Amino acid sequence: MALRNAVVVGGNRTPFTKAGGRFADASAQDLLTSALDGLVARFGLAGHQMGQVSAGAVLKHSRDFNLTREAVLGSALSPHTPASDVGVACGTGLEAITTIANKIRLNQIDNGIAGGADSASDAPIVVSESLRQAMLKASRAKSVVDRIKAFAAVGPADLLPVPPAVNEVRTGLSMGESQALTTRKWEISREAQDELTLASHQNLARAWDSGFFDDLVTGYLGVSRDTILRPDTTLEKLAKLKPVFGRGDDASMTAGNSTAMSDGAAVVLLAEEEWAREHGWPTLARIIDTQLGASDYVTGAEDLLLAPTRAIPVLLERNDKSLDDFDFIEIHEAFASTALATIKALEKNGVGTVDRSKLNVNGSSLAAGHPFAATGARIVASLAKMLSEKGSGSLGLISICTAGGQGVTAILEAI
Amino acid sequence: MAGSSFLETLYNTGPGRAVARRAGLTDPPKLRRGHTMPSGPVALATLSNSGVGAETLALLGIDTVAALVDVAENRTKDERGRDVPPTYSPRPGALVVDATGLREIGQLELLRQVLRPAMKGLERSGRVIILAADASTVDGLEAKAVAQGIDGINRTIGKELRGGSTSNLVYLSDGASAEDLSSSLAFLLEGRSAFVDGQAWRVSCRKDGDDGTATADRDKPFTGRVVVVTGAARGIGAAIARTFGRDGATVVAIDVPQAGENLSAVANELGGSALQLDITAPDAGNRIATHVAAVHGADRKIWAIVHNAGITRDKMLANLDEKLWGSVLEVNLAAEIRINAVLLDENLPGGLDHCARIVGIASTSGVAGNKGQTNYAASKAGVMGLVWAMADELVDRPVTANAVAPGFIETDMTAAIPFVSREIFRRTNSLQQGGQPVDVAEAITHLCDPASGGVNGQVIRVCGQNLVGA
Repeated sequence: MALRNAVVVGGNRTPFTKAGGRFADASAQDLLTSALDGLVARFGLAGHQMGQVSAGAVLKHSRDFNLTREAVLGSALSPHTPASDVGVACGTGLEAITTIANKIRLNQIDNGIAGGADSASDAPIVVSESLRQAMLKASRAKSVVDRIKAFAAVGPADLLPVPPAVNEVRTGLSMGESQALTTRKWEISREAQDELTLASHQNLARAWDSGFFDDLVTGYLGVSRDTILRPDTTLEKLAKLKPVFGRGDDASMTAGNSTAMSDGAAVVLLAEEEWAREHGWPTLARIIDTQLGASDYVTGAEDLLLAPTRAIPVLLERNDKSLDDFDFIEIHEAFASTALATIKALEKNGVGTVDRSKLNVNGSSLAAGHPFAATGARIVASLAKMLSEKGSGSLGLISICTAGGQGVTAILEAI
Repeated sequence: MAGSSFLETLYNTGPGRAVARRAGLTDPPKLRRGHTMPSGPVALATLSNSGVGAETLALLGIDTVAALVDVAENRTKDERGRDVPPTYSPRPGALVVDATGLREIGQLELLRQVLRPAMKGLERSGRVIILAADASTVDGLEAKAVAQGIDGINRTIGKELRGGSTSNLVYLSDGASAEDLSSSLAFLLEGRSAFVDGQAWRVSCRKDGDDGTATADRDKPFTGRVVVVTGAARGIGAAIARTFGRDGATVVAIDVPQAGENLSAVANELGGSALQLDITAPDAGNRIATHVAAVHGADRKIWAIVHNAGITRDKMLANLDEKLWGSVLEVNLAAEIRINAVLLDENLPGGLDHCARIVGIASTSGVAGNKGQTNYAASKAGVMGLVWAMADELVDRPVTANAVAPGFIETDMTAAIPFVSREIFRRTNSLQQGGQPVDVAEAITHLCDPASGGVNGQVIRVCGQNLVGA
């Protein structure tokens, strides 16, 4: 059976805000529902049954086991639209897109929606492990005495709630601390990080001012623009910020050149190419191929957030492409130094050179923010539009690093 | 503002209401709205040799009773021996007077004879609908004067009728048939015309190639038709979108990106689509067309566009700079002209259909002027000039261009007016209340009705016969 083509028809996202800000009271499900409803309105899909919706969130409450299905039921889509949850940390959105694109290519569905949402404001807080064990034991107990006994081992400290942390399970290091090791190892200077940060803000601000996001973002809770964006920031202002990650004189990672904890959601509308044409839908770009990679970061041999550098060469070779072939390159800016180290590593490994004039030309996570699972659909929707505007055959590469030492990468091509 | 809220709170308490009623501020009549016919019978009076009124009512499937006529032999005496005009029983819901045959001053007496019994005889939210020959279609000075004289009667009885009843006049031009008149007559009879009072508009013969029809489903005349509404995220625009949606349209709701959240909610509620667009963008017309073709089908065309988006930047002229001046004219008038020009290209995919309807929003401020609104009045009077000119220009194509001119409508915008001024504004009309956004919407759906091809170049005020600009 010949594979079909999966194309990006369009996208929608909420504005992204800093955690604890204007979306503080919205759950991941609220955000995802809003992003879906904006997409539904943009493409007149109210009441329509879609092939499938796939999405996810990184910070999930236990009630969110069916996050995407619940969001679909809360949206204007037909309740007959099936939904599934996907999870690859910050790569969730792009992996969800891969899921839907592959189902379209395999002739299982004709269209679908994929993306993700995250609320760092509404992160789940859980009880301590010993209290949890005691509660489970008590629930199994047959008598009141046994039920009370179950809590005998619980001390006062165990009653404190456990807030979420973005620490790596196996190294105990926070994302920032892990990246600080990478920053030092790859000798990424403070100046280079601040320059990339400035470019991200300037590029995103220009895109907003030019109306680029008019058909990519729908306001939510009275917010109609990304609130982390600082159009007026300068190298001088960025240089004044104190390092927050890393130790010693060479500590260079600041709140400016690291992404903020964010709230938001993003989705893309995908369809089979011919089906989209028959329905008059825009066909912005084909999802050519995607690839996951994983790094051996636990032993310290490799870097936590540089797994995309393992995926990209595989992706390029399979599609007979080189870095020079791409018109746009989107490297998720988890930290400025992540994107810069990724570029350095690709060069060092002989994969090729990233032309900086093609990098994140409409801004990326440093300026927009990074609601973890939303980033994939943010990038795919924007890139597909950029490719479509650039013209037929233009190519885009996406690289997204994730917790757990993984990377999700993709190639898109304008139709 | 604090004083206003206190007054308003007081006014809305039981004792406050009682005092207000004693002071003459009675609760206004509750108006019949929507696709509802009068509950009482429709009385028909045909004055002198004409029949288009009867024909139109028959076309609409409406049974009629004969109107009572106030002549000496029909009068009775009351207990004190005074003459009493004949009395309706039951009360009719509407009186339709076909006065299209009147040419002489003396014949106006015939109008008086049928109007008098109706003045206190109609049910609540009743209707007086007068049909007359347009002055351009009659010969002789007296006949032309009579034609205009009838409007004087119309406007006056609009002010004299009580209980939410209205009076309106439709002038028929040469060749206007029952089919051409049907949409206006149905609109006027139904609750849809609740806040249209003391108005007169002209119905002509629809243009060649106008595929509108009077036989379409009267409750859902827009089924299968794409209707574009700008400024649709809230207020009157959202009501326009919802009213078209109710009547079967596929609605394309447009508003600025900042209003996207409300806009998408409106679009999804109606099963339509949302387009986030600043209508002053140079490529706005093309982006509308592209959206229609991409979202609703490559072969779909726009049946109607409602240019509702508008802004106010009020300042006395003494304080008005070029920026506030320009932005209002740009949004309220210039953008509309540019968008129409693009969408009228028949070769443009997603553009206006060969047969189509265009509606602009004028304002009583444009009709009469309003202190602090030179820029707004210029733009809104400009919209009136625009639809008159378009009606002249588009003679060879079955496209109509009309406007509505809202008076005081209850919206978030008017809710911001201080209480006392607001209460004065909303009561200084024949219906003694503010209109609802849906009232404006209903007048617009009437103008866009497939059967309204004969209504062209008209400006209909939706103001409850406001004293301003009357």
